[in-house]
Amino acid sequence: MSKTPSVKPVEQEPRIGVYVCHCGLNIAQSVDCAKVATEVADADGVVVAKDIVYACSEPGQQQIKQDIVDNGLDRVVIASCSPRLHESTFKKMIDSVGLNPYMLDMANLREQCSWVHMNDRENATAKAETLVNMAISRVRHLEPLTEETLPLTPRTLVIGGGVAGIQAALDLADSGYDVTLVEKNPSIGGVMAQIDKTFPTMDCSI
Amino acid sequence: MTDVGRHPRIKLLCLSEVVDVKGYVGNFKVKIIKKARYVDETSCTACGDCAKVCPVVRPDEFNMGLGSRKAIYSPFPQAVPSSYLINAKECLGHNPAVCSKCVEVCAKGCINFHMSDEEIIEEVGTIIVATGLQPYDPTEMDEYGYTRFDNVLTSLEFERLVNASGPTKGTLIRPSDRAHPKSVGFIQCVGSRSATRGGHYCSNICCMNTVKSTFIIKEHYPDVEVKVFYIDIRAFGKGFEDLYARSRRMGAQYIRGLPGSVEEMDNGSLRVAVENGATGTLEFHELDMLVLAQGMKPAPSTQRLQEIMGLQLTPDGFFLEAHPKLQPVDAATRGIFYAGCAEGPKDIKESVTQASAAAMRAIRLMHKGEITTEPITSTIIAEKCKACGRCAEVCPYNAITVDVKAKKPAVVNSAACAGCGTCSAECHFDAISMNHFTDTQILGQVDTMLAVAPETKILAFACNWCSYAGADYAGVSRLQYPANVHLIRVMCSGRVDEKFIWEGFRQGAPVILVSGCHIGDCHYIDANHWTQKRVDRIRKKMEKIGLRPERLQLEWISAAEGIRFAETMQRMEILRRSVSAEEIAETQSVLSKL
Repeated sequence: MSKTPSVKPVEQEPRIGVYVCHCGLNIAQSVDCAKVATEVADADGVVVAKDIVYACSEPGQQQIKQDIVDNGLDRVVIASCSPRLHESTFKKMIDSVGLNPYMLDMANLREQCSWVHMNDRENATAKAETLVNMAISRVRHLEPLTEETLPLTPRTLVIGGGVAGIQAALDLADSGYDVTLVEKNPSIGGVMAQIDKTFPTMDCSI
Repeated sequence: MTDVGRHPRIKLLCLSEVVDVKGYVGNFKVKIIKKARYVDETSCTACGDCAKVCPVVRPDEFNMGLGSRKAIYSPFPQAVPSSYLINAKECLGHNPAVCSKCVEVCAKGCINFHMSDEEIIEEVGTIIVATGLQPYDPTEMDEYGYTRFDNVLTSLEFERLVNASGPTKGTLIRPSDRAHPKSVGFIQCVGSRSATRGGHYCSNICCMNTVKSTFIIKEHYPDVEVKVFYIDIRAFGKGFEDLYARSRRMGAQYIRGLPGSVEEMDNGSLRVAVENGATGTLEFHELDMLVLAQGMKPAPSTQRLQEIMGLQLTPDGFFLEAHPKLQPVDAATRGIFYAGCAEGPKDIKESVTQASAAAMRAIRLMHKGEITTEPITSTIIAEKCKACGRCAEVCPYNAITVDVKAKKPAVVNSAACAGCGTCSAECHFDAISMNHFTDTQILGQVDTMLAVAPETKILAFACNWCSYAGADYAGVSRLQYPANVHLIRVMCSGRVDEKFIWEGFRQGAPVILVSGCHIGDCHYIDANHWTQKRVDRIRKKMEKIGLRPERLQLEWISAAEGIRFAETMQRMEILRRSVSAEEIAETQSVLSKL
């Protein structure tokens, strides 16, 4: 049990942009996005805080990129859907205007807030605000990271020699990639080979 | 199929199984066991002389036991590879050879009883899982009498019976007396759409397969009466409705209702009792033969492969894709893709489509010739490291080396580090920083979350691959739970450091949840074992200093368990309400003195 660990001071005062996405009505119907944006605008380091109809759309991304350039933002919080869905979209977006793609955090306001607290607008909005503040806190401490490139073996293992495995193996092999096809039975073919006519065109399976 | 056997770029390993997969996207190392065939694949010409003299007769699996084969056999005429093989368990004895008649007649000398299983190591950049399906075994649905009555068949058995290359050369006869049936019935949804037996899901292909079978019967034997007992006919694909309409035009009768019982009559025919849903009356139908439209189950190897590769399954037991709409062929693990029924029941066209998509996704990764890896790895802070060796001990990837004797600081091999963060959580000296999930970053989130009204909030740590995805799945399913739950995402539950928990309680958290992948499903081999140990350890300490240990909960939630996630959150809320303001104040006071 250590004592409260000392939080390292951020060396240069960060310049953060916060975008609270409506996702059409997906988020906006349960969360007051404009209110969330206003409430977090005064948080430490926040330079821009806005609500935005579709952050992932082309105009949405364009607006964020413009803000980054105009305001010299060095890190961004996108409060929208799950990072499992669009984290790579927004990483590419900030990368394209010269920010390190790891200077981004997402607050999950859709899958983990608006969609699961649909009839509780007040509490969903309060939670959204907390989630965005947590993301702001995290993004303040983020550090630029560089991706590494590693060699790759241009060969594919296909497990299973039924119709799917056969098709995948042939497509890969015809495209110039080596394939190892593993089948536990003595022959490939799978269930497909046992079938004569196939629906709906009644042609032969093999 | 023959294209696969001939393709210069395809190495075909039959009678083989994957037993281990190590490594990461771009550089997987796969261990495969290739079982002995006892016949030299390259020189066998499939002349069949060996099988003629083999005295052992066994049911032929390819024909669903409706025909026979020898102990040395070719699985079916178009088999690839076409070579024969010996089933060593059925052979009279081969070491030393007891019968060896096959060896004597094989002109090319292909048979070798000294062959043994081979271990093969393959290095690959991507993996496509296409393990297929297992037809549902209707034995447990005893009311249909599958095991009791000869003339009750499964759809796959029926398929072999009307197949031109089958045991009867396509002539429709019934098993009990080899007579041509005058009437054939089909029962739909056997093992599908049932809450109690088989799967609760629709197996996707059985309706159309039955429609096809009625078509085949009516085409060859227009006088045979055909009756289909069904709940709904799902003819949703291109050209499906057309075939269904044609089947009805040819005279197949479709009766809405699943039979309640089947009885065998003296002549071997079957008496089927069914409540006709259209007329609301109880009807009895006498049929010479009955076909059970069996559903699909995941292949038996699914679970084992899931464990070997750290993949996720749906509650149905099929492989779970990374995203149901946008990444339908990707596994959550980069570099692994799904094709065909491994991912869920589907017909041939969909399997082929998905297989091409999976191949494309694999090519997309490989065509650059190199792979970029996320820099989410651990970094040793050399001046703090005491070379105790704890990090190396807990690393699931053996990515850390420490010279304990020389007291040299630990070294991380960043290519081998997968980024679970267990080392950082276990280090007693804060000498390991986990990139992108540093102590400062996570503690900042904890502090911010609990800055206002902490007593009303639930703090939950969730691993990226299972429980965070499970929370997303709850969202996609619109499952409602209390709005005071706040998740902090970590790559692995193994990252959740003791100090995060203590800090949470110190800041006034009433309850804390740590959630991760189920034991055995961890995305980082077995890092969640350390989570379990750590949580046990913290709870013991809590008890010692007078804190209720149940205020810290550990829950395993998979990516498919949205319901479990929502239910866990409901339980956490009940637990939170049991924690009073006095208890929180007491905790904070105890922790501030330590």
